[in-house]
Amino acid sequence: MEALTLLMQGFSVLLTWKILALMLVGLLLGIFVGVLPGLGGPNGVAILLPLTFTMDPTSAIVMLSCIYWGALFGGAITSILFNIPGEAWSVATTFDGYPMAQQGKAAEALTAAFTSSFIGSFFAVVLITFLAPMISSFALRFGPPEFFAVYLLTFCSFVGLGKEDKHKTIISMALGLLLAAVGMDTVSGRLRMTFGFDPLLRGVNFLVAVIGLFGISEILLTMEERLALRGHTARIGLRTVLKVWREMPRYWATLLRSSVIGCWLGITPGGAIAASFMGYNMAKRFSKNPETFGKGRIEGVFAPETAAHASGTSALLPMLALGIPGSGTAAILLGGLMVWGLNPGPLLFVEHKNFVWGLIASMYLGNIVGLVIVLTTVPIFASILRVPFAAVAPMIVVSCAIGAYAIQNAMFDVWLMLGFGVVGYVFKKIGIPLAPFTLALVLGNRSEDAFRLSMIGAAGDLRVFWSNSLVGTITTLAFILLFWPIIGKAFDLAGRMRKPAST
Amino acid sequence: MPPPSDNEIVVEDPDAPEDNSPAVTSNRTVEIVVYVLLLALAAVLGYDNYKSGMGWASDGPQSGYLPFHLCLILAGASLWGLGTTFVKRASMTRTFVTRDQLRRVLQVFVPTALFCVLMQWLGLYVASLLLIAGFMRFIGRIAWWKCIVTSVVFAAAMFVTFDVAFDVIMPKGPIEAMFGK
Repeated sequence: MEALTLLMQGFSVLLTWKILALMLVGLLLGIFVGVLPGLGGPNGVAILLPLTFTMDPTSAIVMLSCIYWGALFGGAITSILFNIPGEAWSVATTFDGYPMAQQGKAAEALTAAFTSSFIGSFFAVVLITFLAPMISSFALRFGPPEFFAVYLLTFCSFVGLGKEDKHKTIISMALGLLLAAVGMDTVSGRLRMTFGFDPLLRGVNFLVAVIGLFGISEILLTMEERLALRGHTARIGLRTVLKVWREMPRYWATLLRSSVIGCWLGITPGGAIAASFMGYNMAKRFSKNPETFGKGRIEGVFAPETAAHASGTSALLPMLALGIPGSGTAAILLGGLMVWGLNPGPLLFVEHKNFVWGLIASMYLGNIVGLVIVLTTVPIFASILRVPFAAVAPMIVVSCAIGAYAIQNAMFDVWLMLGFGVVGYVFKKIGIPLAPFTLALVLGNRSEDAFRLSMIGAAGDLRVFWSNSLVGTITTLAFILLFWPIIGKAFDLAGRMRKPAST
Repeated sequence: MPPPSDNEIVVEDPDAPEDNSPAVTSNRTVEIVVYVLLLALAAVLGYDNYKSGMGWASDGPQSGYLPFHLCLILAGASLWGLGTTFVKRASMTRTFVTRDQLRRVLQVFVPTALFCVLMQWLGLYVASLLLIAGFMRFIGRIAWWKCIVTSVVFAAAMFVTFDVAFDVIMPKGPIEAMFGK
């Protein structure tokens, strides 16, 4: 098994005191970010990204991905103890987690949540270990047309499969692609959409947009809500942990089902949020007594947490293998790769073996260390919520400003961040999704380059996208997904025509 | 509500927005404004790309080709959106923001904008000191000494983390200049 040898090599890269310390710092920061209201996983990673600019890429990605794992773990704490999901993907965890806390079983619920998170990510990491090198070695044969087809597939699947109004998804995506094109055109060297304004020469930085859209706008949205909260404290004893772990094998079917759902939705752009709900609903449907769900059933904590983490972790698979992020946070990590001077895509596995396998090994190690940390530090993190939001909000604002400024040392970026904060606030309230925007902004230049390189290669002939069976299949699939809502309706209609008025 | 027991954490929010606060504007109005702004943006960007060449040269698209067509897509989707908001009946639309909510949002937004302005003259660290202390005092109504201690500790921690430990240099103002930074 080549993957296993390389993985061992990855572990050897990790086992230095410096990297282990960074890992610990990352995990603690991540849990902190996950617990705080108004500061989610993507924001946390985006704000803390500047810290890593002067590090070597391996240390940087290890720390950032640990922030991400920490945030995934942290979201569960507030869901169970306070009935407040720290992250959207922990909403389903509140259904049974909070009732358990009310019944005085908070420690059991937390242990269940953390352990199942661990199982979910572990499943996904194993998948990444064996699948990512295979996909990337396959993708090494890709030329520009194939890459463009894959990008097109990603964009189209967002439009066709998204739950939001189609025109809103399209607006969000078109806006992202347009902003990505601002600045110097990499193929011809011409300036586009800068209007003679110097700061725009560099273009709109993806990370600045993310900090504004997710960081600043999230604070504005949080302030609208009633911030009073009432919840439980918890201390997890070794006996509780062992008790939950002994019960666990009984729910193997739920855990396995949720892991599979999570991995699937993580790789396709379904996301951790959809995965957690689907995991919960499937567990309920397959249960012998579904009416007990929502009243404090431990299985109702296992199911969504496993799925959310499997999805959050497997979202890194397409990022590593193809350079296409499966989630918002993966998109930011991708932005980080470019800052550190790495070119995301299948070549990473060839050119930067130590980096990739170090990252994969850190996923294993980070999850184990993370599990131990959350189990032991829950009381401390729960009490963070005692800190009034009036103290937390300005600190988040300052961190956002530091993050935005540090990316390119530009004051203009701070204003841009503020602008994106307002845009994010308005868009979220009128239901224009932000995920397609971020995806388009980070992939915009790469997909345009791929398109124009394939056009140059084929002398401007669009048929290059159907020139062989591989690229043809991907392109056709992209169009099928784009028009999926219409195709689906047509099938429905045809089905109804066949057996008229039988119901 | 029963009094909190030992194993409970309770945080009050006396300043919370009232549920019956009057609406400032509806989602429908905001949607219309956003679509009109997007149309304007599409027109401006589209014109710029039209000028830089939106045609198809012999070796593929010119530099304005893709952005120009994206502008068309953006304009089309915005027009579609405008259409759907007009078709929707006014009674079906939800409140965008109530007066109380808007007040709270501005309570954060205005200091944040001021902070960005001050950051240019005073440097990041002094501006953040003022923002954190001021916000905690005037909006959170937290005791003075807590505000000052928190803001000083936070600003110092940021300085040590970014400027000293990780070598990420932030904008500085006259006060740092006095210390020779």
